Amino acid sequence: MNLRLPKKKPQRRFLKDHFQEAQQFRLRALAAFLLVAAALLVLVARFLYLQVVEHDELATRSVNNRVHVMPVAPNRGLVYDRRGRLVAENRPAYRLQIVPEKVDDLEATIEAIGQIMELPEDALERFQESRRRYRDFDSVPLKFNLEESEVARFAVDRHRFDGVEVVSYLSRHYPHGELLTHVLGYVGRLDMDDLDRLEKAGEGGNYRGTTHIGKVGIERFYEARLHGSSGLEKVETNVQGRRLKVLERSDPVHGTDLVLSLDVAVQRAAWDALGDRPGAVVAIDPNDGSVIAMVSKPAYDPNLFVHGISAADYQAILNAPGRPLFNRCLLGGYEPGSTIKPYLGLAGLEMGVIDEQHEVFSTGFFRLPNVSRPYRDWKRGGHGKVNIYGALEQSVNTYFYQLALDLGIDRMHDYLALFGFGSRTGLDLRGESPGLLPSREWKRGRFGTPWYPGETVIAGIGQGFNVVTPLQLASAAATLANGGVRREPRLLYASKRPGDPHAVREEAPVVLQLPVDDPANWDIVREGMRLVVHGARGTARAIAPESGLQIAGKSGTAQVAAQELDEDMDEDTAQHLRHHALFVAFAPADEPTIAVATVVEHGGGGSVEAAPVSRAVIEAWLAQGARP
Amino acid sequence: MKKLVPVWAKWPRPDPWLLAALVLLMAMGLVVLYSASGGNTDVVARQGVRLGVGLLGLLVISQVPPHILRIWTPWLFAIGIALLLATWFFGTGRATSRWLDLGVFRFQPSEVMKLAVPMMMAWYLHPRRLPPDFGVVLVCLVILAVPAVLIARQPDLGTALLVAISGVFALFLSGLRWRVIFGFAGAAVAAAPALWMVMKDYQRQRVLTFLDPESDPLGSGWNIIQSKIAVGSGGVFGKGWLNGTQSRLEFIPERHTDFILAVLSEEFGLVGVLALFAVYLFIVGRCLYIATMANSTYARLLAGSLGLTFFVYVLVNAGMVSGLLPVVGVPLPLISYGGTSIVTLLAGFGILMSMHAHRNFLR
Repeated sequence: MNLRLPKKKPQRRFLKDHFQEAQQFRLRALAAFLLVAAALLVLVARFLYLQVVEHDELATRSVNNRVHVMPVAPNRGLVYDRRGRLVAENRPAYRLQIVPEKVDDLEATIEAIGQIMELPEDALERFQESRRRYRDFDSVPLKFNLEESEVARFAVDRHRFDGVEVVSYLSRHYPHGELLTHVLGYVGRLDMDDLDRLEKAGEGGNYRGTTHIGKVGIERFYEARLHGSSGLEKVETNVQGRRLKVLERSDPVHGTDLVLSLDVAVQRAAWDALGDRPGAVVAIDPNDGSVIAMVSKPAYDPNLFVHGISAADYQAILNAPGRPLFNRCLLGGYEPGSTIKPYLGLAGLEMGVIDEQHEVFSTGFFRLPNVSRPYRDWKRGGHGKVNIYGALEQSVNTYFYQLALDLGIDRMHDYLALFGFGSRTGLDLRGESPGLLPSREWKRGRFGTPWYPGETVIAGIGQGFNVVTPLQLASAAATLANGGVRREPRLLYASKRPGDPHAVREEAPVVLQLPVDDPANWDIVREGMRLVVHGARGTARAIAPESGLQIAGKSGTAQVAAQELDEDMDEDTAQHLRHHALFVAFAPADEPTIAVATVVEHGGGGSVEAAPVSRAVIEAWLAQGARP
Repeated sequence: MKKLVPVWAKWPRPDPWLLAALVLLMAMGLVVLYSASGGNTDVVARQGVRLGVGLLGLLVISQVPPHILRIWTPWLFAIGIALLLATWFFGTGRATSRWLDLGVFRFQPSEVMKLAVPMMMAWYLHPRRLPPDFGVVLVCLVILAVPAVLIARQPDLGTALLVAISGVFALFLSGLRWRVIFGFAGAAVAAAPALWMVMKDYQRQRVLTFLDPESDPLGSGWNIIQSKIAVGSGGVFGKGWLNGTQSRLEFIPERHTDFILAVLSEEFGLVGVLALFAVYLFIVGRCLYIATMANSTYARLLAGSLGLTFFVYVLVNAGMVSGLLPVVGVPLPLISYGGTSIVTLLAGFGILMSMHAHRNFLR
C-alpha cells in the first residue's frame, strides 16, 4: 500500500491520495470492527460462563448472602423453692455485641467502646476467644448486662460504631445471692470447655444462640432441662446484616421451670443460726427424701459469675477465709464422732448383740486386754451403769467401746453401709464425696496392715478412719427417722415444662429398704435420741423447746488435731485447732418431718454449738405449717 | 456548498439510526437505574435531565461543521493541557487531584482530554501523508503521551490509559503498518514489569485482588466477588426487574454507577446482557460506518477513534463487572449514573453526528 513518492522532497508538499486513503481507512475500520466483535465474543463467553455454567453455584452464594439462619435462644427455665418463691430468674438486660467482619479495626473499636463504658482490661482477648465459636457475620457479645447509662451513652455515639449493636436479652439473676449459692450454683458464659462438651454430646447446634450455661450446682446438673431447645429463624439480611424480614421461623422450646424442695425460709434460718462460723446444715424430709435446706458457709454471690467475674473479685473470693467456694455439704469430710452411736446401737439391737436391758458400767476408762492405752469417757469418773437409753442420752463412750468390740468391725461396716455411709448419697448435684467407711479390706488395701482391735474400739465412737459428709449424716438420720427407707436425697421437687398447666412432682428414688428385724429396736434408738434433748441428763437438753415440741438428736465432736479426749478444750485453744461441732436431729420425734445434720467447724462441743442451729432449722420448718 | 438551496431545507441532519440506538440505550439505562437505586425516582429524574441536556448538546454540536472543529482542535488541546497542569497546583478532591473547582461547577480536565487527544491526533494526521512515516508516528506518540502522563500522575491510571488508547486508535486507523503495531504491542508487553514498578500500592492491590479475589473476600475482593455472584445468580433470564437480591440488599457495591451492569445481569440475565451488547455493537458499527463515509481524513480518524474508544469503555466496564479485568473506575457508557461521563460521551457523539450530517459537504 505504500505510495512510491520521491523521498527527498520536503514533507509539507506532497500529494494526498484521498481515494487511496479512504480505501485504506475502510480496511482498517473493518479490521477494527472485527476486533470489536472478537472482544465482544470474549465478553459474551464470559457472561455465558457465569450465568449458565456457574449459575447454580453463584445462585446458591447469592442466597447464602442474604438468607441467614439465626438461632433463637430459648428462655432458661425459672427455679422456685418448694413454696413457690423465685430463686433463679431471668431479667431483661442489654448486651453489647459486635460483628467482627464489619469492623475495620477491632482493637481501636473496642478501645473506643472502652471510653464510653467500663470494659475489663482483657476485653479484646476475651472477645477473640469467644469469637471462635461464632460463624462469620454472627454477632459476638462483648459485654453483658449494660448499665442503663451505658446504653444511653452508646446510643448517642452509635453512628461511630458500624457493626456494633446493643441488644436486649434475658440475664440470669439470683435474688437470694449467697444464701443459695451452694445449691443453685450459677450460669456463666459458655467457654471452650463447655463447647467441647456440648459438641461431644451433639448439643452444639442447640447452643448456637445461647451465651450462658450452668457451671455448677442445680444450674449445671439440670442444664439440659433448664436450657430447652433452640429455635431457628431464617431471616433476610442486607449487606449490613440488618434483618429485613423473617422468612421462616421455628419457635424455641423454652427451658423447664424447676421447683426445688428447698424452703428458703428454713434455709435462711440455718444461714442465720450459723452466724459467722464456717459450717454446714443439711435438712431432709424423711418422708420423701426431699432436701429442705442445704447451707454451706461461707458462700459467695453467684451473680458475680454470671457476667464474667473480674479478676479482682475472683481473687477476693479465693483469698477469703473459710474457702467460700468449697461446698461443705457435699465435700466436707468430717469425723462423725458420737453421731455414729445411734446406728451402732441399732446394729447391736437388731443383731441381738445387746437388748433394751443390757447395761454397761462406765468408770471413765475402758481398757483392752494387754493394751496400756486407756479409752476414756468424756466425763471424768464415768457415767456409772447405763443401758442403751442412757448410753445415747449421755453419749457414754464405754458403752459403745464394748458394743463395738462385740459387734466387730465387719458387722459395724456392713450395717453402717446400709445407711449410706461410705458411699455417695445420689443427691442431684455433681461432685459429691463418698466419705469413708473403713473396713478390714479397705485398711489392707490402703495401708497394707491388718485391722487392730483398738481401731474397732474408737470406731465405736465414730473416730479413727471414719469420714462422713453433712449430707450423709442428714440422709442417714432421715433413714433412721422413717424406719428404714433409704432414699436418694433430692433437691428437685417438681418440674413444669413449658405449656404444662401444673408442675409435675419428681419423686426421690428409694435406694434401699433396710432390713428391719424388730421395729421396736428402732423405737428404742429413737427414744434414746429423744432423751438427748429431753432427758434429765441429755447432752443437748439445753435446746429442748418450751413449746413441747419433741426433738430427737445426737451430738458429736469431730477431732481436728490428735488430742487426748480428756484434755478439756479451753478458750485458749487456737480457733483452727478446736474440734468441729456436729449435731444430727429429727423432729417431731414421734412423727418426723425433718431430719437435720449440722456441722459447725471449730465450734467445740456438738451439743453447745451445733444443736441450737439444728433446733432453729427444725422450728423454722415446723413454723411453716403442713408440707405443701 | 451548494448555494441556492435554503438552509432550512437541507439542515445538517444527525444520523437517525445512531440517535435511535443512543436513545434506546439511555432508556435501558434509566430502567436499570431505577432498580439499582432502590426505586429512587429522584436519582432517575436527575439522570434523565442530564441525558436530555446531553442530547441537546449533541444536537448542537452536530450542527458545527467538522472543519470548524478541526480549526478549534489545537486550542482545545492546549486548554486541556493547561487545565491538567492547573490540577497539578489547584486540584481538589479527596484522595487525588483530579477535579478542578471553577466556582460554579467542578470538573475533571481529564474528561476534556478524552475528546481532545483523538481530535489532536486527527488534526495532526489530517494533512499528512498516510500511512504515517516514522517521524509522524513519533510526534503522535508525544501528543498522546503528554496528557496521558499528566493524568497518570493525578493519579488516575485508568483514565490515562483510556486517553492514550483513543490516540492509539487514531494511529491505527490512519494505516500504521502492522509490523509497527505488533512491534509496539511487543514493547508494551515487555514494559509491563516496568509499569508494575511505577504503580501505586493501591493500584497493585487492585491487580492482585483481581488475580485472586478470594484471598480477601471481605476487603478488596468484595466488589469482584459480589459482582460475580450477582451476574451468575441472574442466570439466563434473570431474577426479574426490581427482584435482584444482590442489588436490593446492597451487596453490590457502586451498584448504580460502575457496577450497574451487575444489576442488569442479575435482573435480566444473559438475555438482557446480550441485548445490551447488541445495542453497543450496533452503535460501534454505526460509528465506524459514519467514519468510513466521512469526507476528510480528520473526520474519518476522529469518528473512528471516538467510536472505538466508546467500545473500550464498554469492554473495560463489562470485563470488570464479570471479573475478567481488574477493578478500574470506568462507568458503563450511558447506563451508569453520573454527569461527567455523559457530557463527554454525548459531546463525542455530537462530533460523530456532525461528521455524518456534513458528509456530503465538500470542502
